[in-house]
This record gives sequence, structure tokens and C-alpha cells, in this order.
Amino acid sequence: MKRVALWAVLLCLIGAGICWAEEAANQTGAVAAIQPDGQAKSLIDTGDTAWMLISIALVMLMTPGLAFFYGGMVRRKNVLGVLMQCFIVLGVITAQWILFGYSLSFAPGKGFWGGFDWLGLCGVGAAPFKEYAATIPHEAFMIFQAMFAVITPALIIGAFAERMKFSAFLIFTVLWATFVYDPVCHWIWGVGGWLKDMGVLDFAGGAVVHINAGMAALVTALVIGKRTGYANKPVSPHNLPFTVLGTALLWFGWFGFNAGSALGANGLAVHTLVVTHTSAAIAGITWAALEWIFNEKPTIFGTITGSIAGLATITPASGFVTVFAAAVIGFLASVVCYVSVAIVKPKLGYDDSLDAFGVHGVGGILGMLATGLFASKAVNPAGADGLFYGNPKQFLIQLVGVGVTVVYSFVVSYIIYKIIDVFMKVRVPERDETIGLDLTQHHENAYTILE
Amino acid sequence: MKLIIAIIKPDRLEAVKQELYKEDINLMTVNEVLGHGRQMGITEVYRGAKEMGNLLRKIRLEIAVNENYVEPTISAIIKGAQTGEVGDGKIFVLDLAECVRIRTEERGGVAIG
Repeated sequence: MKRVALWAVLLCLIGAGICWAEEAANQTGAVAAIQPDGQAKSLIDTGDTAWMLISIALVMLMTPGLAFFYGGMVRRKNVLGVLMQCFIVLGVITAQWILFGYSLSFAPGKGFWGGFDWLGLCGVGAAPFKEYAATIPHEAFMIFQAMFAVITPALIIGAFAERMKFSAFLIFTVLWATFVYDPVCHWIWGVGGWLKDMGVLDFAGGAVVHINAGMAALVTALVIGKRTGYANKPVSPHNLPFTVLGTALLWFGWFGFNAGSALGANGLAVHTLVVTHTSAAIAGITWAALEWIFNEKPTIFGTITGSIAGLATITPASGFVTVFAAAVIGFLASVVCYVSVAIVKPKLGYDDSLDAFGVHGVGGILGMLATGLFASKAVNPAGADGLFYGNPKQFLIQLVGVGVTVVYSFVVSYIIYKIIDVFMKVRVPERDETIGLDLTQHHENAYTILE
Repeated sequence: MKLIIAIIKPDRLEAVKQELYKEDINLMTVNEVLGHGRQMGITEVYRGAKEMGNLLRKIRLEIAVNENYVEPTISAIIKGAQTGEVGDGKIFVLDLAECVRIRTEERGGVAIG
């Protein structure tokens, strides 16, 4: 395994070197794009670019936020394992993205992937690429999307937390990003993507990010099996304050995730931010109220779970719906996710440890469908009208988008898992699981009892 | 009166508790401790600095019982904690000189249960 990792790093370096050499050969062209010769420069809007720089940083912070959100929920013998998985994704998927992931996802093309024109970021520079974002450097769009590619596989970690081998996790993450995230991302967002051409609306990643990760979470939770000793009841979280902190970071970062997806500092970005915040707020209150009614007391864990459900659900709709529609969507998000997490999951008995499917998968599906109901051209002329605005066809289109993503992610995630399981057991041996991932996978301990 | 001290694996605590409840033994004190018997600890590495032979987390149970509860307690702990592997732990049985219930100032056998 160590040797494989070393070879992988070496190959990356060689790949980067080739591209660099090519770029040096084309230097005249590249310089023309970067040098302010008047025309190229005037396309870039400084305000838009400044907002994108902030958004990129905001979305980056979501992955460490997610690490703490998940880290607090596991037992303390596994907290470093979860933090490590989240952090290493930031490294591994960034490398994948700049080498070939961005090209597979966003290079224009009608195929399974976008294409190979932008391998190693060849031709991705300071000049804007009009079809995606006309007023910011192409490179800004690329790295903004890199943060989405990073957090999506990180979301899946919640499903198999506390029992996956680290080496198998790394391979799963890279294969999943390449064969699930990149194609689905291209179909829905890329120029030439068939779902995009069909008219599927997904403002900031309800299908690309949340359904995609949520379905992979469901599959991995089903195939890897329950945690040892899991008796259909949640394992006590070891540090809920961590989870609250993680939620705060996620909520904060989500402003970049959704409002940044407007790709400019404009009215739509502001509206998206307001809509996102509203949904999160209403969903948080709703979950607390549900607990108060059905479990006697409202809990902080429930309230933040509701907020995350509200954020995940509003994501695809955020740039297309009114503020009051967002409040309704936030309310529905908590009701539906509450049912899926507190009622359906214990009945079915699968162990989605940290509810990656129950919150993100279910929330993403609900959000995509809600977009088909509440979308309005009055909010965003670039979008479409939904069922409630007299266009039932949009709802059907959304349904197709959801169906394709659900089935594709489910099937391919299953295949990837099974292939890895043939070569190396994906799950850690029972002894390692008992001792914990921190000591057995990483040889370190999060907390000391004795100094 | 005896004081029974058991050192067990952390993940067996729930099973041991359930076995004890079945024998109607509901009073116990539980501690988290570090222990190192024949089972080797796991090497830890911090920025390249190795720490060898570290201690593993264990749970320490303390249960004070009257004579007629000693054997049921011991067998319940064994039932819950035994996996057959190295590191299952130990049970120590000590004589207990006195027991006082603070609330009522009762002493001896009646104060235990």
C-alpha cells in the first residue's frame, strides 16, 4: 500500500510536469490571456472576483467544519480517524481535481465525462470562460468548484464512520470522485451535459453534491455492515460541542457554497444568501419543535441536525425560489429528515452512523423536487418556472434529474466498493474496530487520561 | 462482605452491565483506567517520535456485595466480558471491613444493597 501511494504521488508529479512543459511551449498564447492588453482585462469584474475569492475560502472551511461536525458524533477512540479522513480528502481531491478531475467535469463535451482538453489545467488561466462565468477568471471558477469536489466525498464519511480501513478509504475516495462525482457533475453543470441540456435545475449542488454523496452513503452503510455492538440505537456522541462548532462552520461556509454559486457579487447572490439563511433557521426551529412534541425536550443535537437538513435541502433551490418558499422548504426539510432519521432508519436497521444519507441524501432529493415546485423566473430569469408557477413540466424534469443521480450513484458506488473489497478488505478487522481507528489506523490518540 | 474489582475491555461494559442486572446487581462504580497486562499496548507516533508499549484503555468496575452475591457477580462479569482473547481482564475479590450508608448511617450488610 505504501509503495502504491508513493507511485501515485510520483505519477501526479510527472503528469504535472508534462502539462507545465506544454504550457511553457504555448507561453505566447497564455501571456496574451493574462497580460492586460485591454480586451482580456476588461472582461473581469473586480467586485465579482473579490466575492468569489471569499466564497472559495468559505467553501474550503466547510470541509474542516464537517470534520468537527462528524468528529464530535463518534466515540473518542475514532475522532482522529474521522478528522483525518476529512482532511486528507482536502489534499487528495485537490490533486485529483487539478490533474484531471476539473477537465473530466467541466471541459465542454457531450460524452460520459466532459473531456480531456483541460488536463493539468492546461488553458485554464486568468481569462474568463464565458459559458461558466463571464466576469471572473476561469481559474477562480475552477478552484471554487474544487471545493465542491472536495466536500462531496467527505460527506460520505458519515456513513461508514468508525469502521473503514484508511487505505481502502483513500482508494474509494479517488475512484468515487472520478467515476461518480465527475460524470454527474458534468451531466448537470458542464457545457454539453445531457441533464443540463434537458433543463434540470440544480443551483448549488442538491443532486451533484447531496444526492450523490447521500446515495453513496446509503450503499456503503449497507455493504460495510453495522458497527460491532450497534443495537439499533445511536452510539453516544463523544463531544457534542465539537458538533455544534462544526455546524456553525458549515452554516458560515454555506453562504459561500450557495451565494457563491451566483458567481458574482450581485442581487442574485444576496437573495441566495437570504434564502439559504432562512431555510437553515426555520429548519432548526422545526426540528427542535418536533423533538419537544415527540421526545419531551428539545436538544441542541436535534436543532443543529435540522439546520444542516435545511441547508442541504435549500441548496439546489437557493438561486431560484422566493424567501417564503425557502421558509416552507426549510420546514419540510426538518419534517422529512426527522422522519427518515428518527423513524425510518431504526425500522430498516441499517447503520448510517452519522446520518449522511438520512440528512444529505433525503434533503437533496427533497430540495431538487422542491425546486421543481417553487422555482420562479421572477427570482432568477436564467432559471425556470416550477409547478406552482404554472409549469408542471419542470417538476418532471427535476424528477428525471433526481432519478438518474439516485440510480447512477447507488449502482456505481456499489461496484467501486465491491471491487476494492476484492483486493483488500474495506472494513477493519474486529479487533481494530474495538480498539478504535485512532490507534490502529494512525498510531495516535486524541485524548490522554494520564500525562 | 466483599469488594469485587474487575478490569475489563471498554466495549464489554454494556454486556457486563446487562449480565449483572440479570442477577439483580444494580449498584456499581465505574472508572476509566489505563492498563497493561500480557496484551501489548499499541505503539504511538507523534511527528515521528515513537512512544513504545503504551497502555490500553480499560474499564474498572467496583462492586461491594454480601457473601451470597459474590459468586453470581463473578460469573456475571465473566459471562459479559469473556471473549477468549488476551486482554479480557481480571477480577479481584477483597474482604470488606465495613460499609456505611451516608444517608441513614446504617452499617454492614444492610447498607450494601
